[in-house]
Amino acid sequence: MGIVKIRSDFQQARWNEPIIYEMSTPGVRGIIPPEPETAIKAIAGDVVGKLPEIIRRKTAPYLPEVSQKHVLAHWLRLSQETMGSNIGNDISEGTCTMKYNPRVNEALVAEPNFAELHPFQDEDTVQGILEIYYKFEQFIKEISGLDKVTFQPGGGNHAVYTAASVVRAYWEAKGELDKRTEVITTIFSHPCDAATPATAGFKIITIYPDEKGIPDIEALKAAVSERTAAIFMTNPEDIGIYNPKVDEFVKIVHDVGGLCFYDQANANAFLGVARAKEAGFDMCHFNVHKTFGAPHGCSGPATGAFCCTEELAKYLPVPTVEFDGNKYYLDYNRPESFGKVRDFYGVAGVVLKAYAWTMNLGAEGLRACADISVINNNYMEKKVLAIPGITSAFQGNGITRQEQIRYSFEKLHADTGVGTDDVNARIVDYGIPSYWTSHHPWVIPEPMTLEPCETYSKDDIDEYAAVLAQISKEAYENPEIVKTAPHRSSSHRRNDEASLDDPEKWAVTWRAYVKKHLSKKKEMDSVS
Amino acid sequence: MSKIAGHPYIPNSVPEIKEQMLKEIGIDSVEDIFKEIPDHLRFKGQMNLPEPILSEYALRRHVEGILAKNKNCKDNISFLGGGTWQHYVPSVCDTIASRDEFLTAYVGDAYSDHGKFQALFESASMIGELVDMDVVNTPTYDWANAIAISCRMAARINGRKEILVPKSMSPGRLMVVNNYCKPEIRVIPVDYDVNTGLLNLADLRRKISSNTSAVYFENPSFLGVIETQVEEISKIAKENGALVIVGVDPSSLGVLEAPAKYGADIVCGELQPFGMHMQWGGGLSGFIATRDEKEFVAEYPSLLFGITTTTKEGEYGFGEVFYERTSYASREKGKDFIGTCTALYGIVAGVYLALMGPQGMQELGEGIMQRVQYAISKLSKIKGVKLAFDGYHFKEFVLNFDKTGKTVAEINAGLKALNIFGGKDLSKDFPELGQSALYCITEVHTQEDIDKLVEALETFC
Repeated sequence: MGIVKIRSDFQQARWNEPIIYEMSTPGVRGIIPPEPETAIKAIAGDVVGKLPEIIRRKTAPYLPEVSQKHVLAHWLRLSQETMGSNIGNDISEGTCTMKYNPRVNEALVAEPNFAELHPFQDEDTVQGILEIYYKFEQFIKEISGLDKVTFQPGGGNHAVYTAASVVRAYWEAKGELDKRTEVITTIFSHPCDAATPATAGFKIITIYPDEKGIPDIEALKAAVSERTAAIFMTNPEDIGIYNPKVDEFVKIVHDVGGLCFYDQANANAFLGVARAKEAGFDMCHFNVHKTFGAPHGCSGPATGAFCCTEELAKYLPVPTVEFDGNKYYLDYNRPESFGKVRDFYGVAGVVLKAYAWTMNLGAEGLRACADISVINNNYMEKKVLAIPGITSAFQGNGITRQEQIRYSFEKLHADTGVGTDDVNARIVDYGIPSYWTSHHPWVIPEPMTLEPCETYSKDDIDEYAAVLAQISKEAYENPEIVKTAPHRSSSHRRNDEASLDDPEKWAVTWRAYVKKHLSKKKEMDSVS
Repeated sequence: MSKIAGHPYIPNSVPEIKEQMLKEIGIDSVEDIFKEIPDHLRFKGQMNLPEPILSEYALRRHVEGILAKNKNCKDNISFLGGGTWQHYVPSVCDTIASRDEFLTAYVGDAYSDHGKFQALFESASMIGELVDMDVVNTPTYDWANAIAISCRMAARINGRKEILVPKSMSPGRLMVVNNYCKPEIRVIPVDYDVNTGLLNLADLRRKISSNTSAVYFENPSFLGVIETQVEEISKIAKENGALVIVGVDPSSLGVLEAPAKYGADIVCGELQPFGMHMQWGGGLSGFIATRDEKEFVAEYPSLLFGITTTTKEGEYGFGEVFYERTSYASREKGKDFIGTCTALYGIVAGVYLALMGPQGMQELGEGIMQRVQYAISKLSKIKGVKLAFDGYHFKEFVLNFDKTGKTVAEINAGLKALNIFGGKDLSKDFPELGQSALYCITEVHTQEDIDKLVEALETFC
């Protein structure tokens, strides 16, 4: 074990990289597409010239003209101005389970026998990937205790939307969709547990916590009725507290006929420890890109594994992957399926990586992820709560936290004026990625949510806590340095946050920026 | 001794470290943490999973062994398209896609992930130029979801509850749209002309009304036809107060007109052709683009990354534009929902477009169209084989085999024996087209590849 050392002289790459359009010189090229053979050209003739005027492009698209070396260098520099979790001490992104993403799995997805598969190939030419899907489904069934799984959703939120679609199909089939109009969720469940059923047409009822930070069971009892279509809930919630009455919640909803969906985005601490089945849930999901070691890709591509009981399996999106004892196949013959949430079969690369990751760890390894995650978190809690100005949500309620904790800088803010956004900017100066504060609303003031999953060493945790201690010290002694941070990151602090909400000023493309800002500046320059 | 002690992915699994940490926490065992979970909710025993393959080498052999049961489009000649297409992936795209910084970052703010914000801003900028729009979102799951979101955006913008879509659209995409539009939006299919593949304008006129929120059409269509009646469709939509949503395969936009130029209010499409390997359909990534008007921008569920200033003069900064509209900020009151989608693919698409430049996109488009024209001229001479639709094609076209007396399945089985993956069989999804298949040709196909197909079909048909 090393010595606790913080990176006090860290400097992130700061290339002052121009926008790619500013690097453009007419005639310069980055790559040359393969040219058709002479015979092809001779027979085809001027195909573009023959297109009707209305549909033929008259002017070439305004794209940058940059040499290959400069394209490569530009994006390499932009990558250096990004703190991936494989490089950084990414305990930061609590609720996101920033695991190590093994390189070997990247090598596997680059294999032509995977990368160059077309989704419409005959089943007998894709038996390998079908086998991976099928076997990984068996793993997920074992881990969840539920009966059937789809990997079609392209992320966690998408899996929760899939749950909302299944709930709708279920009530539609029963002829009660017009009555079952409400979905209940809890405020510390991810926003998608409210937003996706709302998108699917349900009215949302939100349960707030009791004084201990556990969703208020009395509020649930008051909320359920013959209008309840389902409950969508996380456990432990994003604040890191396990709800020990979760099965009672399920029973209360089941008693009025409602379905129960378990958002298992926070499943890492429960692999082999507790499952959706034992708590009585009808459905659950896993973020495969979190819990099963696949990378997050700056926010996707990703996979949500949606799981359900046999009773609900008939509503799953098509196709499912089946095995007849001899060969694997895609099953589209599912007349009660609600349809699809994504074209084809999901992000197969994430499923492949997760399969490899799970095969590398086995049951014992998965359980070790859970054990080490909660040990790491409780070790870290002790260190972090010893830092002046930091408290945690529902601190002192006597409940041992699981894999993550929502901390608060409320006291630091009151004492020094330094809030969580300031600390979050400053932490980057020490080579640590921005942390996850909290989804809105900030029920816990000035929040910070940390998750030291099994990837992180004792030294990582010690370093992280030492950096937080250092920033706290700075806040009490020299708050300006925190309030004006970052100083050593790839860019400085934004100085006009309001511009991002102002239709006259915002610009999400270069052409919009040129119109709104550069053209105006030119006009002003010429006037002056 | 535990097999997992000292596992390379779990540093604190070393027993001595674990013990020390437990000691510092002040507990004897991890069970003192899990005690919060009531006993009856605990999973008892060990999960029934295969024994771990601990060595990286053995793991690789194991997985590669399973993958070896696949046949791929590199070792075989594939003419499959229909939503995932085989294009050449430039090496620089693979290099950037595999950078650990981009590959493993997530939701960090612009202070730790400035490069991610700039990269996605640049991708949006280049896609905006292709389609001639000022606002482009961070990527969606795929084209299907981009259409679906566009439809819901349109319905919120004008308060109308019907969307007209072409009957010729991809069945997979249509299923996604149908589900996403439920329950308040009705998706109504509009016929296509079985001779030309173009939208049936008479049917469009019949079905459009003051309830129509938007008319959606694709260019090129799923059946490979370039829709040329774009002015008429836009005119009919606008006369009825409806918006126009155009779905594009953007690899065509070096040679085909930007949809905004012929009336699109919302453009959406698929980025997979721009540097993503097919990955059995896992390479998909959708986009949506609109004008920079508040009523449009306000309806995006997606994150939008904007450029701004910082305290350092002359430096670009980046941040989230109009964040309150998202479900991250406003839960069920946000616009639909947002989550982890396909950001890395969005970044790669930007790299691809910068490599290609204007000339590359023109040459790509022209070269594909020439190959297709060559293929059509040869294939349509084969006895019994007929090009299903007259008119203009980009990279896909439908061949009808009715007069060969064989089914597509039979023909494709024959082709497969020659290491050729024939076109997508349409007979189930589009029975009105008889025994027809959707063929796709891109810049990866050589004359020899096409000639092999021609020779093979001459033999079978």
